[in-house]
Amino acid sequence: MTLIMKEHKVKTAYAGQHERADRSDCRIALSLKKSGGLDITVNSKVKLLFEKAIRKTLTDGLNVFSIKHADVTIDDNGAPDYVIMARLEACIKQLADTELLFLPEQLKQNMAKTCKDHMRRSRLYLPGNTPKLALNAGLHSGDGIILDLEDSVAPNRKDEARLLVRNSLRAVDFYGAERMVRINQGERGLKDLDAVIPQHANVILLPKCETPEQLIAVDERIQSLRKVHKIKNDVWIMPIIESAMGVIRAYDIASASPNVIALAIGLEDYTADIGAPRTKEGKETFYARSVVVNAAKACGLQAIDSVFSDISDMDALYENVCASKALGFDGMGCIHPRQIKVIHDAFAPTEKEIEKARKIVDAFKEAEKKGLGVVAVGSKMIDPPVVKRALRVMELAGKEV
Amino acid sequence: MKMVKNAVGRMVPTEINGEKVVPFMGVGKHRPTGKKHAPNISTAIDYPADGDKRAPSLKEALLKSGLKDGMVISTHHHLRNGDLVANQIFDIAAELGVKGLVWLPSASFPCHKDIIKHLESGVIHHIEGSMNGPLGRFTSEGKMQGTAVLRSHGGRYQAIQDGEVQIDIAVLAAPTADFFGNGHGLDGPSACGGLGYALADYQYAEKVIIVTDNLIKFPCIPMQIEGNYVDYVVEMDKIGIPELIVSGTTQITKSPDRLLIAELTAKFCDAAGLIQDGFSFQMGAGGTSLAIGIYFHQMLKERQIKARFAVGGSTQYSSKMLQDGCLEYMLDGQTFDLEAVRSMRENRLQHPAISIFHAYDYHSKGNFTTMMDVMILGATEVDVNFNGNVVTHSDGYMLHGIGGWQNCLFAKCTILPVPLFRNRIPIICDEVTTLVGPGELVDVIVTERGIAINPKRQDLIDKVKDSGLPLKTIEELKAEAERICGVPQKPEFTDKVIAAIKWVDGTIIDVVRQVKGS
Repeated sequence: MTLIMKEHKVKTAYAGQHERADRSDCRIALSLKKSGGLDITVNSKVKLLFEKAIRKTLTDGLNVFSIKHADVTIDDNGAPDYVIMARLEACIKQLADTELLFLPEQLKQNMAKTCKDHMRRSRLYLPGNTPKLALNAGLHSGDGIILDLEDSVAPNRKDEARLLVRNSLRAVDFYGAERMVRINQGERGLKDLDAVIPQHANVILLPKCETPEQLIAVDERIQSLRKVHKIKNDVWIMPIIESAMGVIRAYDIASASPNVIALAIGLEDYTADIGAPRTKEGKETFYARSVVVNAAKACGLQAIDSVFSDISDMDALYENVCASKALGFDGMGCIHPRQIKVIHDAFAPTEKEIEKARKIVDAFKEAEKKGLGVVAVGSKMIDPPVVKRALRVMELAGKEV
Repeated sequence: MKMVKNAVGRMVPTEINGEKVVPFMGVGKHRPTGKKHAPNISTAIDYPADGDKRAPSLKEALLKSGLKDGMVISTHHHLRNGDLVANQIFDIAAELGVKGLVWLPSASFPCHKDIIKHLESGVIHHIEGSMNGPLGRFTSEGKMQGTAVLRSHGGRYQAIQDGEVQIDIAVLAAPTADFFGNGHGLDGPSACGGLGYALADYQYAEKVIIVTDNLIKFPCIPMQIEGNYVDYVVEMDKIGIPELIVSGTTQITKSPDRLLIAELTAKFCDAAGLIQDGFSFQMGAGGTSLAIGIYFHQMLKERQIKARFAVGGSTQYSSKMLQDGCLEYMLDGQTFDLEAVRSMRENRLQHPAISIFHAYDYHSKGNFTTMMDVMILGATEVDVNFNGNVVTHSDGYMLHGIGGWQNCLFAKCTILPVPLFRNRIPIICDEVTTLVGPGELVDVIVTERGIAINPKRQDLIDKVKDSGLPLKTIEELKAEAERICGVPQKPEFTDKVIAAIKWVDGTIIDVVRQVKGS
């Protein structure tokens, strides 16, 4: 098989990063040629220990695409194999049109599914094109991690980031965190889905969602990809409301598909849209937050709050989460691993709440055992939603029921 | 060179730099006998009656001390990377045409890279001490004339005491001193805190020169260095660069991954019942260690209990523990930041300087270290038998000294908090590149991905088995590291032995060979 070379004039393709701070990444330069075989130059911080492995990975990759003649230079800063693979593939795809993929081994645990009401108190944003942050991201006990292809990736890096995120979904162990991907808007976002849906992503975050149609387009693409790639797991969608129009259409968006599991709000874009500066008190976003919570709850979904951007101030974060919880939010985004514990602590029920919930749950179980239709604590009748909330409290508190 | 297999299975020579050496025989198996080494008898009447031992310059003092070819010159590392004295000694030796010296520093730093030219020219034949950074690279490439000898801080004391190494001239920097030679590190522009490491040097060297940039009137109190052992005092403009001697403030790590390792370490200590009223601990001044200290501090405060004593490097954090009443005594071997220097200066009863003699020396009548409940150490590699390496990296380059690491292994619970991999290089491997500490003395490895307890410590395993901590076998940790990083190829070496690694008793536990192609 021969590759179909792209028509444009690019002779050498580059992918990846090689600044001092770009640990676990590499920069690959690839030029295809007509003869002379493969000429691979390895410059690496770990050359003495991994030169052979790096050469093998590059050679294997070039073989996958039947490339027999090429100059490859890798400037490596300790990149794991799946990163080198993504960078090489990104180079090849700049130079040639091919549907072939160069995939790392699939970790079994990365095929796990999640349920609709999975705990989503914290979800850690990871810039999609920065491998050093992904490797240990799952260690910090967040409920979810988000591999971001949208705002944290420079426009000219979108294609290489997509391949890196795809490979991360297969090869990086996130230690039980729900695996989410924030895709781009529009056509580019659909292309993102093509790459990540076959890799068992659990949740797709749809940014700047303003209409149910946007959501339906994404959902349809997901369902067709699931069919083609025989993906049995559900793929959930979390639209992010980030504009005045999005707030107005929040309910329509939330109810557009049974695969929507939560409504999230993004306040940086929202405040820019309404033309108000974002303040610590958050008066300017009170309406939007309440609408989003209300729309989510009207559809039986989780409501997820925006990120808190001051990563040095844990006390302020705690206050912020408590305020979110009071409004009815179930979770919050994180931009630093240290925020996770604070968020979990703030969302955790108080001793008093747990005690009350325990009584309700016990009464419920007792009634169930006796076959009674009505649950009572003392002389007070307990409605089913109260039981449901009590069960949720126990779950949040990590208590056995 | 005749090579034999020692008690940990490493092939080691029977001779280093022309001297017979003993291969490692096992922990606690080697017992040197006889009398301790001593310098020649001195007589007080040979020294100035007015007490003024000043020499006009370092050169003059070295000449008066009889500097000549082949001598052993010792220096001390309490000025750390800000030291301006050691390089000058060998510049003077070069100027005088002296050759074949042995440099015996207690540690070397990147600031000593200028020593390389004296190694190249033959002014220095070899180094016995530590070779950090550039000196280590130079040595690893096989460029030193003789074979380097690496010893632990305690091993250095042992070697000086049993005469394995005999110091001709000790040149000791003192941030404050009087003309008689009494000195301390608490004041002056180059203040560094304690000078505890220098005890062996001034007691056992034939000649002792004190160099200071803060000469005060007699008496200089406290006498961390006692002038009665001193031959000459040299005053110079500047012995060190303050900001490179102690940091303004040491800082805990900001890395979430390192903080996680610190948190797991603290939780392990707690689950194992090590954090109790009256316990003792030792840890370094690295970012992860400091974070562990903060977790300890929090626990002590919450439970209103106290640690009885801590040994080793002091920092602003240990000083805070003293102030809060969470720690009763800080026995200080090295002082790492300005706040700790202040604490030692103002709180001498609770925060005294001690010597390595007390804590680590093999010929001391007991060591503090064996009394310690919790010992926190680092490593460049650990193997599946819990053997540890601190001197070479996995690529074979020798870039660090041993410090007090080997000596500290004798504590009751030795814990190595290390990342599972550094920049794609797994830290846990089948066999350490250089075996610096035998696995029987390493109790626990804490990584961000799990905790492995040495199977020899069933007591610890029993204590933490229901703690909910992520307990793994060391093989599981290794497999996890290799899954992420891949299996590294082995570095290649030539047959040339570039350094001998001494155990705390003076035997050879391993050697380092020249990196191939370097």
